[in-house]
Amino acid sequence: MEPVIEIRGLCKDFRVGFWRRRTRILHALTLTVYRGEIFGYLGPNGAGKTTTIKLLTGLILPTAGSARLLGRDLTRISAKQQIGFLPENPYFYDYLTGREFLDLCGRLFGLAASVRRERMARLLRLTQLEEAADRQLRKYSKGMLQRLGLAQALINDPRLVILDEPMSGLDPLGRKAMRDVILQLKAEGRTIFFSSHILPDVEVLCDRIGILVGGRLRDVGRLEEILKTHTDSIELTLQRVSPALLTFLRDLAQVPPLEQPDGVLVRLADEARLDLALRAAMAAGARVMGVVPQRVTLEEHFLREVQGSTP
Amino acid sequence: MKIAAIALNTFREAVRDRILYTILVFALLLIGASVILATLSIGQEGKIVKDLGLASSSLFGTFIAIFLGIGLVSKEIERRTIYAIVAKPIYRFQFLLGKYIGLVLTLLVTVGVMALLVAGLAFAVDGHWTPGLLLAAALDFLVLMIVTAVAILFSTFSTPTLSAMFTLAVFVIGRLSGDLRLFAEQFAGPGLRQVLEGMYLILPDLSRFQIGPQVVHGLPLGRADVLVAVAYGLAYTLFLLLVAIGIFERRDFK
Repeated sequence: MEPVIEIRGLCKDFRVGFWRRRTRILHALTLTVYRGEIFGYLGPNGAGKTTTIKLLTGLILPTAGSARLLGRDLTRISAKQQIGFLPENPYFYDYLTGREFLDLCGRLFGLAASVRRERMARLLRLTQLEEAADRQLRKYSKGMLQRLGLAQALINDPRLVILDEPMSGLDPLGRKAMRDVILQLKAEGRTIFFSSHILPDVEVLCDRIGILVGGRLRDVGRLEEILKTHTDSIELTLQRVSPALLTFLRDLAQVPPLEQPDGVLVRLADEARLDLALRAAMAAGARVMGVVPQRVTLEEHFLREVQGSTP
Repeated sequence: MKIAAIALNTFREAVRDRILYTILVFALLLIGASVILATLSIGQEGKIVKDLGLASSSLFGTFIAIFLGIGLVSKEIERRTIYAIVAKPIYRFQFLLGKYIGLVLTLLVTVGVMALLVAGLAFAVDGHWTPGLLLAAALDFLVLMIVTAVAILFSTFSTPTLSAMFTLAVFVIGRLSGDLRLFAEQFAGPGLRQVLEGMYLILPDLSRFQIGPQVVHGLPLGRADVLVAVAYGLAYTLFLLLVAIGIFERRDFK
């Protein structure tokens, strides 16, 4: 797999307070994102997500460590030619119209006028800003600014798209539209790196996630792997359960089986116990109505990680 | 190309800002009013128009240079508009030069309008052209280029309010720096003299650019003086911009 983002031991110190004390915001971050992935970068407020993104986009300079984007060192200006970036709560020049702003962005990528025109038309359509294109940005709503932010991030037809909190401040419709665009970008073969607070969206979208807490990467991996290792229990629902089977299940289960109108609900701790229970149920002629693994949600996992780190 | 895009955008920002028009209207009114004042004097009408006109054009030009210059960079950082720009394939020096050139372009247009009005009024009063007027305005424009560079330099690391105070201080001292040097030579003790001469060397000598009085009173101009002033102005501006770029290159946009 071709790495698109390779971060090696990246550190960032800021000077804070009256005495300008050096404080480390990001601790030796090492992370690789591969081509075609949607990578979700999670963490509570102040974890260092935006700091990482600002380092990747050249807004701040690293204290130590290095990063390569699309195979080029971070500090090389040419690395940015293939990258699209949507800042958090985007603020753009409010005296420009949407079209003028996109044109400015296209010029900064060195795009020819004909290419700019064609891309602008396509992106304004994609972000549903065609009607507002010639209005000044001071008259845009927050959602419209976010959409324009997405359009300017795509003006250079980037291979890597970096989105800082793309869902924040959007209504449910806006979030859905943003999700659809992100999935479409992936389908087009682009790599997407985004930070978010909105965990259900991350759960739906991401191939892999990284959880950052207090400037340190706590967990990184495929979403299902991370969550599988944290499977809580498996729920088995059976019908036509004989008293002997019920006794057997009672010994096997975590909590006493629950007799419900549609059958007996048994909660089992792991897959080995599930196998035993299923075999016994088959032998006793019971009917299996359902096997549902009770996975932790990303939110539960996230809360555990974050709370586990607080001293 | 990229510098031009930033410059054009900065120019656009200025011309869509009401402050510019407010200052410009005041300046044009004051220049126009010089004609009324001139009628009060006998035989000196042309001189009054030229004197007042040049003074107001330089004063209001300085206002624009300071008020727009101090926000050139700091406002972009404060409003976070710089995030989307710096993340694009543009060198930071290109951004800074673009901002500078954009404001200089704005000044060129506004001061140009004022200078043409002064020249036109002088022609109407005198009945003949005074070519020196445009040269005086051009040298004044060099002062504005320096003031803008000072403002953008402070803007790279300081807040707009502090930048305005610093820039104004540099401008005032710069205007008086000829006298400062004279004072150092004639009156000051050896210690103070070194301090004053050091200040003279570091701060811009804006008194070099004042040829208004010669032009107004029809006195001869030293060609060499003008050329030296132009070279000095350009070199000083370049020096300020290099320092500003040096600071801006290392700056974190938090």
